[in-house]
Amino acid sequence: MNAESPESVRDAAAGGFQVETVSREVVVINAAGLHARPADLLAREARKWQSRIELVNDAQRVDGKSILDVLTLAAEAGTRLLVEATGPDAREALDAIGSLFERRFNEHENDQES
Amino acid sequence: MKFSDFVASEAIRSHVHADSKEGVVREMAQSLVDAGKIAAADLEGIVKAILKREELGSTGIGRGVAVPHTKHPSVSKLVGTVAVSQEGIDFQSLDGEPVQLFFLLVSPPDRPGDHLRALENISRQLRDESFCRLLKAAKEPVDIQHLLAEADGHGVVS
Repeated sequence: MNAESPESVRDAAAGGFQVETVSREVVVINAAGLHARPADLLAREARKWQSRIELVNDAQRVDGKSILDVLTLAAEAGTRLLVEATGPDAREALDAIGSLFERRFNEHENDQES
Repeated sequence: MKFSDFVASEAIRSHVHADSKEGVVREMAQSLVDAGKIAAADLEGIVKAILKREELGSTGIGRGVAVPHTKHPSVSKLVGTVAVSQEGIDFQSLDGEPVQLFFLLVSPPDRPGDHLRALENISRQLRDESFCRLLKAAKEPVDIQHLLAEADGHGVVS
């Protein structure tokens, strides 16, 4: 699936599709933080949507569809992040991604696996 | 966190012999034993734990890079090493490409933050295409050491 570039979002806007940016705050609540597996799950989910998806912390803004980008957040348990989605399916994308954080990326607190 | 904080220089390999996922994990873990970073008695346990982690989802994160890792109670601080396969190894990576560049990490179970900061450093540096390309082209372990040192010194600002 193609990542939605800012240009194509603008193209879509010019073509009359509904384009909006929506955002919500999420909290990393799984104990191990946003390590490789949650980052993979997150990027996979983000790539399902047409919208551009970005994660924002105090220091940087990264592409939610790139596992390398997500890993550079080094988000530990307790970290608050802003998720921003821009595009025709922004709201649905945001719900799906927020739900991943709420479900602790399906991790259990006593997992020894990372 | 810098590469020098967790990469055991003596364990770096520029030509892994292995041609399988298990083989490269074993070869890298053995290099950590040889470097005195993990005990020989823990080798099997660490290799098994890393392979079990791989079953949950490949750590082949794309761009020909994999970050096999595990937590293990035998280490008191994060230890890791870097290896290059000249031919590339099928690692069931997320983008389906063979993996040439490996960063293996073993971290203490109670230090998830250190593990995250090591992953952050690796992924931030790997976003630099030329860093990736030069690492894969390394002919000797010392070439890899120099590249890591350079990244530590003047890493790309994200």
